[in-house]
Amino acid sequence: MRRRLVPYLLILPGGLWLAIFFVVPMVVMLSFSLMEGDVVNGFALTWHWQNYTEGISTYADQLVRSLLYGVLATAACILLAYPAAYWIAFRGGVRKTTYLFLMLLPFFVSFVLRTFSWKFLLADDGIVLGPLKSAGLLPQDFHVIATGFAVVAGLTYNYLPFMVLPIYVALERVDPTMVEAAQDLYAGRAQAFLRVVFPLSLPGVFAGVLMTFVPVSADYVNATVLGGTNNTMIGNIIQNLYLVNSDYPEAAALSFTLMAILLVGIFLYARALGTEDVLEVATR
Amino acid sequence: MTETVEADTATGTELAAIELRRVVKTFHSHGEAVPAVKGVDLAIGQGEFFSLLGPSGCGKTTTMRMIAGFDEPTEGEVFLHGSDVVGVPPNRRDINMVFQSYALFPHMSVLENVAFGLRRKGVPKDEVARRVGEMLEIVDLTGREKRRPRELSGGQQQRVALARALVNRPRALLLDEPLGALDLKLRQAMQVELKRIQREVGITFVYVTHDQNEALTMSDRIAVMNDGLIEQLGTPREIYERPATKFVAGFIGTSNVLSGTVSRRDAAAAVIEPGPGERIVVPGTASAGDVVEFTVRPEKIDVRTEQPDGEGCALRGTVTEVVYLGTFTNYNVQTSTAAEVVVFVQNVSSADDVAARGDSVWLSWDPRHSYAIGA
Ligand SMILES: Nc1ncnc2c1ncn2[C@@H]1O[C@H](COP(=O)(O)OP(=O)(O)OP(=O)(O)O)[C@@H](O)[C@H]1O
Ligand SMILES: [Mg+2]
Repeated sequence: MRRRLVPYLLILPGGLWLAIFFVVPMVVMLSFSLMEGDVVNGFALTWHWQNYTEGISTYADQLVRSLLYGVLATAACILLAYPAAYWIAFRGGVRKTTYLFLMLLPFFVSFVLRTFSWKFLLADDGIVLGPLKSAGLLPQDFHVIATGFAVVAGLTYNYLPFMVLPIYVALERVDPTMVEAAQDLYAGRAQAFLRVVFPLSLPGVFAGVLMTFVPVSADYVNATVLGGTNNTMIGNIIQNLYLVNSDYPEAAALSFTLMAILLVGIFLYARALGTEDVLEVATR
Repeated sequence: MTETVEADTATGTELAAIELRRVVKTFHSHGEAVPAVKGVDLAIGQGEFFSLLGPSGCGKTTTMRMIAGFDEPTEGEVFLHGSDVVGVPPNRRDINMVFQSYALFPHMSVLENVAFGLRRKGVPKDEVARRVGEMLEIVDLTGREKRRPRELSGGQQQRVALARALVNRPRALLLDEPLGALDLKLRQAMQVELKRIQREVGITFVYVTHDQNEALTMSDRIAVMNDGLIEQLGTPREIYERPATKFVAGFIGTSNVLSGTVSRRDAAAAVIEPGPGERIVVPGTASAGDVVEFTVRPEKIDVRTEQPDGEGCALRGTVTEVVYLGTFTNYNVQTSTAAEVVVFVQNVSSADDVAARGDSVWLSWDPRHSYAIGA
């Protein structure tokens, strides 16, 4: 009897935590998304699903932009993280953990502070652009801040470790004798990588994509600090509706819309990659 | 050394499939030099089943990795079919390896695993299909083409690894303790299987093992390695019956290593006379007064209660242990020279044991079975 209870006791703390701080707010927000009213007169649950349709049509630009930035930043993260993780895993030698730590070092600084320091760095007359402009290498009206590029760059920078870590873990688990076996079977370095190492590291890439694409698409700090007015993401809208306009139903409806889009996207992504298979390899 | 001469005659004048000349490999780890192979010379003939036998850490894997091209020798040369291959990467060497851990690709099916090498070599599709099919038949895996390696038993995985290497028809196959992960029964079955396959395909096999029985039963020739050097190189019979060093005598089977002071010389042999009526003849060049060490295999010795006559070796002793082992009986005999000698006596008749514990006995053997050994 006691034995059978043990597993339940083990999930109790975590389960309670999730129930109170995740499920309850989710239910509350879901009901908000179907309410009408305002802060002064209060909100009432009227199953007002138009919150969704109106939200989507009003903020379609920002939704699309969020997903686009999400895809771009995630792709950039893969391109930057993979070679770095590869190098650390296969060439890092005894100092692997040191290199990994160095990669993660910037993230001991607050997220917002880091983003602001980028703003400072990339300012129109800042320490990077200023000298280049006065040297005549860049036109005077050239700017980085307040462009989509700055937002994607900031997002990439801020979420890079979430890509590096899972890819590193996956590569680290690839048995080096696999590479030797491939070479023994007449594969050159490139073939050994493409046919053996890369497929075996896909679970890490998959996990990395999950861990970056979702938060990147919902991010609002980078767009606020680096993006200016023309590059707002859906996160900015939700934040504004919530904190400035106190339009809780609309904010909640947009949040759920974003969540639904991301879930569907990830589901399709998993199907396309044949993730079950990929994950099975990872847990072999 | 006589062994090297024999090695040369064994390969004859034809080109050796694999030849190592004074090969040295020193690793550097944590600022320390680790000598793994200290100077190995060997020539392996075309189609030979050649074993590298030795205890853990003696440099077997390192030697093999230098042949395969995964490690480059610190000094010395490696020849494959007469051409110097130092600096040639593994994918350009016409030999394949079966890894100790199999190293099957987990994300590929059995078929894809076996076809991997042929596809990399650009063999036409239909030929790949045909050769893979034939190979899977040889290793008895037909019908399991679509399985992933983890869906196979240990023995089946082993056979996939073998098929994946053999299908390329390499000029030599390197096997690093390929049966190490299997249980005894399967291991023995696979030994027979491997030997059959090797005969069928006629490819040179270089086989690494630390199991002396495996090496003795399967090999054409064996190199016994110890501490980065080859202690002895020869046929299983030579290695077993005439161990050249104390190490080989101790490592292969049960052997009695005895020593004594030479009292006189007689023709081409040294004679040791430990006591009245006792006589040990050791062929060799030792002269009177020298201390010689020699070995005698337990099954070459006879136990009897009366003093033997004739010119053979004779030694007196007391039986300390008698163990009946079915096909033979194991006697431990404390000799007058204070050494304990192990004797195996075939149980040819169902008569009682020749001696019991505590009996005084005479040990005798043909002088041809005493071998003086080096250090
Ligand atoms: N990459 C390496 N770096 C440092 N030392 C190594 C390396 N590879 C092998 N050695 C050392 O070289 C020696 C020989 O190793 P090797 O793997 O050849 O032994 P082995 O005969 O195959 O042993 P086993 O039967 O245990 O597989 C060992 O002392 C080992 O510690
Ligand atoms: Mg080894």
